[in-house]
Amino acid sequence: MTSLLVIIVVVLLAVALWQLTKIFDLTQVGSVSDDSQVASDNDNNIQGYIMFAFLAFIYIFTIYGLLKWGNLALHTPASEHGILVDSLMNITWVLIFTVQVITQGLLYWFSFKNRGHKDKKALFFADSNKLEAMWSIIPSVVLACLILYGLYAWNNIMFVDKDEDVIEIELYAQQFKWTARYAGQDNVLGKANVRLIEGINTLGVDMSDPNAQDDIVVSELHIPKGKKVHFKMRSQDVLHSAYMPHFRAQMNCVPGMVTEFAFVPTYTTAEYRELPFMVEKVSNINKLRAEKSIELVANGGTALDPYTFDYLLLCNKICGASHYNMQMKVVVDSPEDYKKWLSEKTTLAQDIKAAAAAEKPTEEVKASNDSTVKDTVKTVIDTVKAVVAKVAMK
Amino acid sequence: MSAEAHDHGHEHDHEHEHHHKDTFITKYIFSIDHKMIAKQYLITGIVMGIIGIAMSLLFRMQLAWPEESFKIFNVLLGDKFAPNGVMANDIYLALVTIHGTIMVFFVLTAGLSGTFSNLLIPLQIGARDMASGFMNMISYWLFFLSAVIMLCSLFVEAGPASAGWTIYPPLSALPQAIPGSGTGMTLWLVSMAIFIASSLMGSLNYIVTVINLRTKGMSMTRLPLTIWTFFVTAIIGVISFPVLLSAALLLIFDRSFGTSFFLSDIYIAGEVLHYQGGSPVLFEHLFWFLGHPEVYIVILPAMGLVSEIMATNSRKPIFGYRAMIMSILAIAFLSTIVWGHHMFISGMNPFLGSVFTFTTLLIAIPSAVKAFNWITTLWKGNLQFNPAMLFSIGMVSTFITGGLTGIILGDSTLDINVHDTYFVIAHFHLVMGISALYGMFAGIYHWFPKMYGRMLNKNLGYIHFWITAVCAYGVFFPMHFIGLAGLPRRYYTNTNFPLFDDLQNVNVLITTFALVGGAFQLVFLYNFFSSIFYGKKAVQNPWKSTTLEWTTPVEHIHGNWPGEIPHVYRWPYDYSNPNHDVDFVPQNVPMKEGEEVLHH
Repeated sequence: MTSLLVIIVVVLLAVALWQLTKIFDLTQVGSVSDDSQVASDNDNNIQGYIMFAFLAFIYIFTIYGLLKWGNLALHTPASEHGILVDSLMNITWVLIFTVQVITQGLLYWFSFKNRGHKDKKALFFADSNKLEAMWSIIPSVVLACLILYGLYAWNNIMFVDKDEDVIEIELYAQQFKWTARYAGQDNVLGKANVRLIEGINTLGVDMSDPNAQDDIVVSELHIPKGKKVHFKMRSQDVLHSAYMPHFRAQMNCVPGMVTEFAFVPTYTTAEYRELPFMVEKVSNINKLRAEKSIELVANGGTALDPYTFDYLLLCNKICGASHYNMQMKVVVDSPEDYKKWLSEKTTLAQDIKAAAAAEKPTEEVKASNDSTVKDTVKTVIDTVKAVVAKVAMK
Repeated sequence: MSAEAHDHGHEHDHEHEHHHKDTFITKYIFSIDHKMIAKQYLITGIVMGIIGIAMSLLFRMQLAWPEESFKIFNVLLGDKFAPNGVMANDIYLALVTIHGTIMVFFVLTAGLSGTFSNLLIPLQIGARDMASGFMNMISYWLFFLSAVIMLCSLFVEAGPASAGWTIYPPLSALPQAIPGSGTGMTLWLVSMAIFIASSLMGSLNYIVTVINLRTKGMSMTRLPLTIWTFFVTAIIGVISFPVLLSAALLLIFDRSFGTSFFLSDIYIAGEVLHYQGGSPVLFEHLFWFLGHPEVYIVILPAMGLVSEIMATNSRKPIFGYRAMIMSILAIAFLSTIVWGHHMFISGMNPFLGSVFTFTTLLIAIPSAVKAFNWITTLWKGNLQFNPAMLFSIGMVSTFITGGLTGIILGDSTLDINVHDTYFVIAHFHLVMGISALYGMFAGIYHWFPKMYGRMLNKNLGYIHFWITAVCAYGVFFPMHFIGLAGLPRRYYTNTNFPLFDDLQNVNVLITTFALVGGAFQLVFLYNFFSSIFYGKKAVQNPWKSTTLEWTTPVEHIHGNWPGEIPHVYRWPYDYSNPNHDVDFVPQNVPMKEGEEVLHH
């Protein structure tokens, strides 16, 4: 269907092109068989009018875009600082639109107005200090305001007060999966290093660290409404970026260092789903999905599930072949629900113990089969590696 | 050597030396004549441009109709990367990576700057050739070699480099992380190292030529703005390209010799790697120390070409010649201290983010000055709408549209949420991709008669411009919206996110515009290649321009001027000077008795 549409568009454009050349050729008839390939007065006239038409195109396309796609943009921010970000964004947009409309208007209007004619002579107007000063000073003042507002917001968002009461959560990135680690009762994350990754301790948490004993590892992120959440980000392999668009939050995850970002969620998932714009967006998406499902079913596929909104954590730094599908569901709970959810989770220490208990018998069986030279060598190497790693850690 | 001595000392030798011993090889292949080298750069740039744009059309098709089968994918990408005509996810990333690399470096740096710096510097300053013709030749052939290596990397077994054109480690350092980081990335790095060597030789040549070989009377404040931009661009290149070279070398060390400059604490494919103490953020600093000036290396020459073409076709002096020079210098200076705005959320100290926000938004001031000066140049002009003029006006238009969104991206607070989304793609494609491409097209339409002695067909030029103009806006304007919706770039498909389902129609529209716009570049290619052989013969000064290149004969001769090099008596923008009856006074026309200088 779409490809048919494209073909039609291409054909129509080809026809338009052919007609256009004809028009251009016809305009040459009056002028004295001029084939110098330099613009004639006729050309100037026609191109001038097209300039004007193009200005109309830009304006109309802008208005069309705003009406048709304006509501695609992220709406109500779901975090406290998001309001600050969006208000700066809106101010900047007003400025940008004003300047865009005026400058494009002048550019194409002057082009149209001053289209050349052989009897005309241009005005020799080489410079004017007044004008130059005007368009150096006005942008400077406007930008100074934007810079100040921007820096104020940036400092507010990026610097986390050490004494503040926050919830510490680690976001852990790996190809192509997110994991979260909660600090537990003591609200201090245990130390961790990729050299300690072993078995189900996939985050390399240092289990000899007392702070690590109550850490909880989960694959779905829950955060409470109205409380500042302080994310500490790590990556085990390549650069990733933890992007939570609805919270206006993003920070890269860098192997070898811990990065951080903090925000206060202001809508629970349930509340955010009920916001009018979101209801409309989801129903629109479901309409599109239903249409697509009909097509899919007709081709022998399965229909798409209807969509309900959830906050998302996406990877937004190219990280490998499956970068496009590295996501984690984020749930904002009411503080009570959050507490309840968290209390139902087992700690990593408990998980490790349980896994060890379950795995022991199988391991013994495996060990008895380890008889080939190759495997022995591998074991030796592994041991050496582990020792080296431990030394390196110290 | 003073300009005068150069004039009188060498001109006769030049004529006699070079004419009779030109063989096919010395004339067309290993030429040391700057005009021929310019044409070599241009043709190579066009060929690379075709490849780069074709790649973008392929991945645009994948984005509009994800995982649909197209026979052309299978034909072009082969069974491994497009089995049954469905594009694989790793080749998608490879296409994105190589598209970026080719367009930024091979088309818009070498193709644009290489062509027009080589063509115009000697011609417009009144020199017989570049300071070192031999080095110039080496520079081109190194560029050619790097292009060949880059193209070879497309055919290695695991696929070409696919870590994005910014090749951030560890992704670019570890073949375990992505297959393209094996041989493909090695070839990428080798190609870029050679490219940088080529670029440095070219830049040094441009700088030395502009400083030393100006003809008598050609003071710095009588240089056309083209030369100013080429000169300043070359200086930025010399300052920043070596830093990329060092980053590439350190990355090669990390990849091949086990050093840990950029890598630390990595666990991948089930094992801990030995790297410790390095930082990927260091690479980002080094990369963007070139990477950001690079966008000005791309756009400044386009600005120079546009300034020149606008003045000529407006039959008016460029408005605010000195302000233009000042803004070029200001942009050049600021461009070297803003790289951190690519790294607001890289994990560097937020305080640095504040500093880079400040310096970045400052760039808007000289940019605004330039835009307003161009607009004022049109005011009360007598505009001659040659195709070059259309592309110049188009360049100002896209530069404004794209530049304005820079105020959002340069502001660290706002960048948090649009960083690495399609908003960024829309911004930089308009402000430096399309704008620089328009500048390049404008330059080609304007100086084609100088290069090939023939004219391009103007009606095909008009069609080429208008369709391209509509399609460029059609492609990149809607991208702002899907970026504001939070759609990340470099996603092979968005089908895993029902959240983005309502963006799919926009993606189809964008791709449709891209395909149409891409197809209409064939009009240009036809016009270009047929006009080289069958175009209308050009007269000496078809656009009635004031600059020195139009005082040379239409037929190229080595040494440019058959007789003495013209002397310069006035600035390059004496259009519609009220003291004269004709509407242009070339630079080599002496001042009339009692004639006053009417500009600052």
